[in-house]
Amino acid sequence: MQTPKPVLPLLFALICVGIALFPLVGDSFYIRLVAKIVVLAILAMSLDLLVGYTGLISLGHAAFSGTAGYVAAALINKAGVTALLPLLGASLAASGAAALVVGWISVRTSGIYFIMITLALGQMLFFFFHDVAFWGGADGVNLTTKPALAVGEATLLDLSVRMEFYYTALACLVAVYLLLSMILNAPFGQVLRGIRINEGRTRALGHDVQRYKLACFVIAGLIAGLAGFLEVVRGGFISPAHVNWHESAMALIVVILGGMGTLVGPVVGAFALVLLEDYVADLTDHWKLVIGLFVIAVVLFLPDGLVGPLKSGKCRFPRLRQRPKESVRDA
Amino acid sequence: MPETILETRSLSRSFGGLRAVAGVSLAFETGVVHAVLGPNGAGKTTLINLLSGDLPPSEGTILFKGRDITRLAVHERVALGFGRSYQKTNIFPELTCLDNCWLGAQARLPGWLHLMRPARRYPAVRDRAERALVLCGLDHRADAVAGTLSHGEMRQLEIGMMLATEPELLLLDEPLAGMGVEESRRVIDLLKRLRADHTLILIEHDMDAVFSIAGRITVMVNGAELETGTPDRIRASAAVREAYLGEEHAA
Repeated sequence: MQTPKPVLPLLFALICVGIALFPLVGDSFYIRLVAKIVVLAILAMSLDLLVGYTGLISLGHAAFSGTAGYVAAALINKAGVTALLPLLGASLAASGAAALVVGWISVRTSGIYFIMITLALGQMLFFFFHDVAFWGGADGVNLTTKPALAVGEATLLDLSVRMEFYYTALACLVAVYLLLSMILNAPFGQVLRGIRINEGRTRALGHDVQRYKLACFVIAGLIAGLAGFLEVVRGGFISPAHVNWHESAMALIVVILGGMGTLVGPVVGAFALVLLEDYVADLTDHWKLVIGLFVIAVVLFLPDGLVGPLKSGKCRFPRLRQRPKESVRDA
Repeated sequence: MPETILETRSLSRSFGGLRAVAGVSLAFETGVVHAVLGPNGAGKTTLINLLSGDLPPSEGTILFKGRDITRLAVHERVALGFGRSYQKTNIFPELTCLDNCWLGAQARLPGWLHLMRPARRYPAVRDRAERALVLCGLDHRADAVAGTLSHGEMRQLEIGMMLATEPELLLLDEPLAGMGVEESRRVIDLLKRLRADHTLILIEHDMDAVFSIAGRITVMVNGAELETGTPDRIRASAAVREAYLGEEHAA
């Protein structure tokens, strides 16, 4: 079975402890920033299931997070629903349904065609939310209130309170990590790995790869929906930009930057990208150029991403792995 | 009367203008090693691909135990008991030998959405995978990464992966391709052991091997069946000698 890589789970645990303790020392600006990073990490982790573990490169992943966000916003603003569980349930159902339809069409293709068709279908959802007046138009909508979990009169969890949201997002990150670890270690995950390495042979060994790819796509879409729900609650705002392919590409860059097929890589990638953005944007107007160069440098010198050097066992780039130390310094 | 396990009726497959397999009607009997011979380009591998479901036929039908399986997908045929090995080694090079077989062994699990229990805690799957490794003679290499094996070992693994699905009908596309003498001997011994309780359909260029294993031989030329019969009959056939064996011997 999968060679155990205890370094990476340990890294994830350390990051989570760090996130949990950070509010003791950080100021409110950075607490908000870390919350943003955690939500992005959940989105990127769900994309890693597709890209890193199954070899399905999707460029329409934000469609599912965005759909969940829009459904949550509409229920809050138009229907006055504030109870957390029905809101979350409806948002996930919407993103799952969207992933089922998009996936059902997309998994029939592979390679570049899969990229293009997920991009195209994702953009259809973008225009749906952009053009249909019900959803609030190009400028997006603000949430009138934020969801809360209440039992009777007692409010157990109020997501409008910043620290309650912060730890809820962290709990979701941990839960998603554990869930994906479980799935990937189970027979289901073995088949996904087989599909990534050699799809034809996996089929010849008796597995209905189409069905596995679709299930994987829906699971990733549901987790993306969770991220989209958290994102709309965090920002109190949703706009078509959340559904746009820029957002999908951003998630993909986070996955590649951190390290595909590692689960913890997307978390590291989310931290690297958002913190760097925050730092460089203060220094220069041309911050996007700097970010671009950074991404290129990582891809060139650390083809397995930022966590690549920590990955023990098998590696497809033994020659480049000989010099991770200097590249970390370069990066 | 021997029982027919697999039957093709006027099976054809065209690639553009080329009829790679042209109206082949064959009956494969249960428990018999049936070898398919023919010069390069005779359509042997295409025939195997049609039988395994890797390619859909242009025309004709395939019957498995009397049931029409022409439209069944590859994985559905595996569920019925088909196993195949490839002429060009087709493995998971990043995984260990055990994990390579594991994926085949897992195909026998009922259902498919196994999301919770870790894969290593399915002892039945592990047993099947290990049994397949023992059968193909790679049990001592269980933890070796498949991509680092020698060519001969990869060919053995190729067969082991197929056996891990516990098939009843084996489609073997040149199992001896590129093997050394010693390795070939091992695989031939394995095939002889397998024929006791499997049906083998075999493509092979090694004539000595074919005549020592096969109970029936079909010779194909230009996509069509030239002659089918016992090894002795094929050896004695003038048509076969002219079309195939003669050329080979002259060369």
